[in-house]
Amino acid sequence: MIPELGHFALAMACAIALAQAIVPIWGAHRGDSRLMAMAPALAMAQLLALGTAAAALVMSSIGDDFTVLNVAENSHTLKPLLYKITGTWGNHEGSILLWGLILGLCGGAVAVFGRGLPSALRARVIGVLGGTSTGFLLFCLLASDPFNRIWPPPLDGRDMNPLLQDPGLAFHPPILYAGYVGFAVPFAFAVAALLEGRIDAAWGRWVRPWTLASWCLLTGGIALGSWWAYYELGWGGFWFWDPVENASLLPWLTGTALLHSAIVVEKREALKIWTVLLAIATFSLSLSGTFLVRSGILNSVHAFANDPTRGVFILGLLALVIGGSLLLFAFRAPALSQGGLFAPISREGALVFNNIMLCSIAAVVITGTLYPLIADFIFDHKISVGAPFFNATVLPLAIPVFAVMTIAPGLAWKRANLWPALRRLWWAAIVAALVGMIAAYGAQKVLPALAFAGAVWIVFGAAVEIIERIKLFRVPMGQSLSRLVGLRLSVWGTALGHAGMGVTVAGIAGMSMASERIVALHPGESVLEAGYDWKLIELHDERGPNFVSRIATIEVTRDGAPFLMLQPSRRTFPTQRMTTTEAAIHTNGIRDLYAVLGEERDGVAVLRIHDNFLAPWIWFGALIMASGGALSLLDRRARVGAPQKAAVRPGAGSAVA
Amino acid sequence: MNRRVVLLAPLAVAAASGFGAWTILRRMKEGTFDPHDVPSQLIGKSIPPFEALPALDGATQGFNSAALTGTGQPLLVNFFASWCVPCVIEAPTLMLLKQQNIPIWGIAYKDKPVAARAFLARHGDPYTRIAMDEPGRVAIDWGVYGVPETYLLDRNGVVRWRQAGPITDDVLETQLKPMLRSVA
Repeated sequence: MIPELGHFALAMACAIALAQAIVPIWGAHRGDSRLMAMAPALAMAQLLALGTAAAALVMSSIGDDFTVLNVAENSHTLKPLLYKITGTWGNHEGSILLWGLILGLCGGAVAVFGRGLPSALRARVIGVLGGTSTGFLLFCLLASDPFNRIWPPPLDGRDMNPLLQDPGLAFHPPILYAGYVGFAVPFAFAVAALLEGRIDAAWGRWVRPWTLASWCLLTGGIALGSWWAYYELGWGGFWFWDPVENASLLPWLTGTALLHSAIVVEKREALKIWTVLLAIATFSLSLSGTFLVRSGILNSVHAFANDPTRGVFILGLLALVIGGSLLLFAFRAPALSQGGLFAPISREGALVFNNIMLCSIAAVVITGTLYPLIADFIFDHKISVGAPFFNATVLPLAIPVFAVMTIAPGLAWKRANLWPALRRLWWAAIVAALVGMIAAYGAQKVLPALAFAGAVWIVFGAAVEIIERIKLFRVPMGQSLSRLVGLRLSVWGTALGHAGMGVTVAGIAGMSMASERIVALHPGESVLEAGYDWKLIELHDERGPNFVSRIATIEVTRDGAPFLMLQPSRRTFPTQRMTTTEAAIHTNGIRDLYAVLGEERDGVAVLRIHDNFLAPWIWFGALIMASGGALSLLDRRARVGAPQKAAVRPGAGSAVA
Repeated sequence: MNRRVVLLAPLAVAAASGFGAWTILRRMKEGTFDPHDVPSQLIGKSIPPFEALPALDGATQGFNSAALTGTGQPLLVNFFASWCVPCVIEAPTLMLLKQQNIPIWGIAYKDKPVAARAFLARHGDPYTRIAMDEPGRVAIDWGVYGVPETYLLDRNGVVRWRQAGPITDDVLETQLKPMLRSVA
């Protein structure tokens, strides 16, 4: 009964989405305010229907209803409750439903928070979201129905892939998808603007918070995924340049560019066409990533059921969404009026430069990801492109970005002098150079040294921005303090966002100096690594809810004094006949001691021991970045409501205030 | 005019990628292109030499690489194991090939003799000769992915064809039979 209700709700949502795509846009075209006013109600109705469908699937999973194929294939009576819930989106069908649900949430959010929008713009935005939704829900209903039944039902389910039974991965997909799908809103704004043939500063101000929110979620989602890979795959690395990872990095790169070019639209009414193109490109890349993975075209460790037939459906969907919006772009973009002019050396100039660099990095990543496929298909060569290519190409492009992102906040809009902006960074430059030299001496490698210098430059540069604003040491301390308290949240947001990037870069540079060692030990034997004595005490078995653990106890001592106990383990899941590794990680914030239990033979256990310098900084930096974005978002909400002098159209302005 | 061309460029790029993806998908469906397929490095080359492998106790003898290439006629080399489920699926196909007088030389991969013998007793013994590769070293030299894996050697001992995974009816009809005709 419940699955039928869910299925019906899904079909209902699809029908509502179709109405949502047609009615408001037609209304906006005809100038019919009654039709336009239906947009928010339709968006909310669609969200309600999708919520019902998702809840029905979750309830089927909790209730172990194995007549539902999706539950039978991915669940098990013994599976812990948390994974019964999160498992609903850990498979192809469920994840497509989650996509749809998040897209519905975006529509609902525009309906609720977009009350201040000009009604025609809001109707069009919600309409475009409805159109995209229709396509996805059709795909869900026709080619990946999560409510399919089987009869007779199996006695028990096949259980979920054990690698996914992990708290980190339980929440990674929703956050990541929220980031991907969130970019549908800037996309919808871009298409709506093309339909209207008009973009102004207000448009930029509306688009930016949506972009920012999606960007924060995407940053968090990518970081969570990479953290999971680090501790669960037991490989010691954090980024594999796997196609699925690259597919998440691409929208992040163009989304970062979009975030910054939207500022230029808002402040200077320039770069309009470029911003619209970025908005379209970012969402297109989010969609294409899904397509490449689900169709089985790219080889990836993230195995979803590969199916060329599904691939054709998604490809058609992509052709409509991406092709349609780019066609509209080609014909309508020339109508967008040119905005403010600026000199090459200016805040706009710096933002444009970094925009171009970020897009170049994205282009390089696309090339590296797709090249094996192209080489195989056209030249019949089997090759793989991995870390050496990406490290050699991405880093040289990233270094100018690091240099400019620190200078840019000190440049004036329109026309600037480079020298004063550089002069206020003198001490950041000196510290960066010193750290770079120390690193070059210590690591004997050029790239990590450059990266360390870059990291310090970024973090200190972000601090300079705050120090300059509060005029530290130039005015009395009390005055500086009151300036500090009065700083706008968005200033903190920028500083934190940039500093977080620096911290992540330092973490990555540190990881390039990590050491690892594989040893085979009898219980009682020990080995010296990373300045510690690692002694294998014993091995034993323990029972989990749906797995059996083999646990090694390792005593780590330094100069004879006990330092800590590590318990890496291997879990065997009998239903799935799979084994996962649970790395034991001890962190002090500066370095991770990381141990993995490998195979055992004749009483000897293979252990992998890593000493990962600065590893936690990678994810800590991402967290700082995302919270910088969140701070900026809070500030914007306060500011959008307040009357202000910027060129707000009278209609929109009064609606806002 | 020039500006319009520039603005059409993104659409052109998207359309070209879309067309490429569509072509790839179509050929994947036809079965003429498989991005996940990894071809053997041995195709067109002689097999790597190996010392004599022990025999599976019983009637058959073990063999080394010279014996394998010295028969003067094409033959199949099949890596199998008693613990391998797809090998069970493949067993009837191999028996069918044996009936058609195609010599199959078996290499038991990481298997215990007792278990291998029990496996052959249950599912039939299609092999002309069987050797034990208990440490799996020969399999590493050949680049074996997993069991079952089958190689077709021509009369000069050159590898002409390889199947990773079981020889299904489809593989038998579309690939192996034409190859057998061409090396005969």
